[in-house]
Amino acid sequence: MQFFFEVLIGGLLAGIMYSLVALGFVLIYKASGVFNFAQGAMVFFAALTVVGFMEQGAPLPLAIGLCLIVMILLGVATERIVLRPLVNQPQITLFMATIGLAFFVEGLAQGLWGAQVHALDIGIPDTPIESLMDKTGMLISQFDLIAALICAVLVTLLAVFFNKTRIGRALRAVADDHQAALAVGIPLKQIWAIVWAVAGFVALVAGLLWGARNGVQFALTFVALKALPVLILGGFESIAGAIVGGLIVGSSEKLAEVFLGPYVGGGIEGWFAYVVALLFLLVRPQGLFGEKIIERV
Amino acid sequence: MLYRETGQFKTSYAADQQIFPLRQDRIGVVATLLVAFIVVPLVANEYWLEAILIPFLVFSLAALGLNILTGYAGQLSLGTAAFMAVGAFGAYNFELRLEWMPILGSFALGGVCAAFVGILFGLPSLRIKGFYLAVATLAAQFFVVWALTHFNWFSNYSASGVITAQRIEIFGFYFLTGQSKYLLVLAIVTLLALAAKNMVRSETGRAWMAVRDFDVAAAVIGIPVMRTKLLAFAVSSFYCGVAGALYAYAYLGTVEPDGFNLDLSFRILFMIIIGGVGSILGSFLGAAFIVLFPILLNRFAEPFANAIGIDLPSGMSSNLELIIFGGLIIFFLAVEPLGLARLWQVAKEKLRLWPFPH
Repeated sequence: MQFFFEVLIGGLLAGIMYSLVALGFVLIYKASGVFNFAQGAMVFFAALTVVGFMEQGAPLPLAIGLCLIVMILLGVATERIVLRPLVNQPQITLFMATIGLAFFVEGLAQGLWGAQVHALDIGIPDTPIESLMDKTGMLISQFDLIAALICAVLVTLLAVFFNKTRIGRALRAVADDHQAALAVGIPLKQIWAIVWAVAGFVALVAGLLWGARNGVQFALTFVALKALPVLILGGFESIAGAIVGGLIVGSSEKLAEVFLGPYVGGGIEGWFAYVVALLFLLVRPQGLFGEKIIERV
Repeated sequence: MLYRETGQFKTSYAADQQIFPLRQDRIGVVATLLVAFIVVPLVANEYWLEAILIPFLVFSLAALGLNILTGYAGQLSLGTAAFMAVGAFGAYNFELRLEWMPILGSFALGGVCAAFVGILFGLPSLRIKGFYLAVATLAAQFFVVWALTHFNWFSNYSASGVITAQRIEIFGFYFLTGQSKYLLVLAIVTLLALAAKNMVRSETGRAWMAVRDFDVAAAVIGIPVMRTKLLAFAVSSFYCGVAGALYAYAYLGTVEPDGFNLDLSFRILFMIIIGGVGSILGSFLGAAFIVLFPILLNRFAEPFANAIGIDLPSGMSSNLELIIFGGLIIFFLAVEPLGLARLWQVAKEKLRLWPFPH
């Protein structure tokens, strides 16, 4: 039973990392209705840029600051070059465009900073917490807990930003209805640039944590693929959904791997989340917290 | 002047309904086929045949399959490589386990296996669409590769699922040289492409397009949406499956499940975006572009960079490839959503009107 809880908690903490990536998707989807496949590439790009600056001799805070500027520029450029010419196209076209964007950003990141695996040290030790281990015997990494904490802070910040600030309200207005937002004088283009910049910021945070955990390497881009089932479970429009979906995906795939895996030969972590999401789609297509769209297919 | 329908009168329904109504088009197609079947095998060397022309044809077939599903029926799929894998491993097992099975029969049955898998993963398309469906096909991508790696039966208990394709033999003739393999692949691709061309202008294809353009309206005029979508998945996966079998048998010889990864799926998706969504010709143009472009880039990027005084680090050309592919996808989606095939069509329109501008 204790082993079960250990796996469960490990999965939940891994799920938080998924949530962090999924959050970036939700932000962009909410504001512009674009499903941004390039979010994973942006995570990779951000992590690699931070490492790159640090290898040039910049201290960590400076590297993060510079990277933030780069991510904001990237967000603004994306709005200008990719989204603006594709206004009013079907969603699926925009989705394919972001696949192109993902390739572009991946190539750019590797072209600028090289393709080898980098280590990223952000000063949080990845060791089990000893007092907890003594009391309960469970191995829980300090790093995971801090990641969870950062995630909580980020979500709170975003919630405040979306609900209390002027720009946040404008963002929600745009998400509700583009035309109505335009009609009351909200500058759509600026708003989209801001959203992409914020998504770039979230990608930076995710990239730092994932990079510190697994090393900064190309495999980071696959994290984005894991965020897809998270979104389907949680619903595309809901920040809370991204968090809960991430927790469900993280814990269920770890539990499945440990308790179901041995019967079928292991390695099911790779696709288990997708199958869960697929089954979930059949029952509740809008996700746990998504807005219900009544549409006959 | 040369390319014009003036004076070509259709006097029967059959003449009016033929695939290429213009005489010049017919001549062009026949000439292309003659060149492909006779001149190319005589002229091209082994490298061209084995490393460029065969993969080009195989990818054209896969792109054709995806184009049927995405371009004509409007269902985005990110699992093309998985269906190719099913075709390859299906053909391998039929050939391995049934002594009397002719190789072409194995290819076809491999395609049929892929079709069934396609229907299975196409089932969610009845309730969901857009990128929700893309996630469903993504599930197919990961699940199939995992299943082929972990259930050793599929690869006849070889290590890590690697299979070595049997030799291709038809009526005692062994297809060993690049030339003979090329001709075999070309024959299969030509047949299937003609079939596809006919399919998309028949009732089936029109039903696909109706569902793509507006599914509710299609249902209202009496098109069975469910059957149409599943048929698109089946036919598309069949094409991809045959392409996968050819990929294993005629191109690589030795394949492993991990070779059919998401990257391959994306590559084929790029082919149809660049070549032309909803166009048979576009599948070929896109495949040619995606196959040839990295080769040209490798060949010319470095001399060019040296010429203008930049030192390219090693491995740069693969990054450049990613950047240029990504950029091109965005460019084509924004500027010419119908791809290279549309450019060809525009050129033909211009020719017909020449020397008048309108």
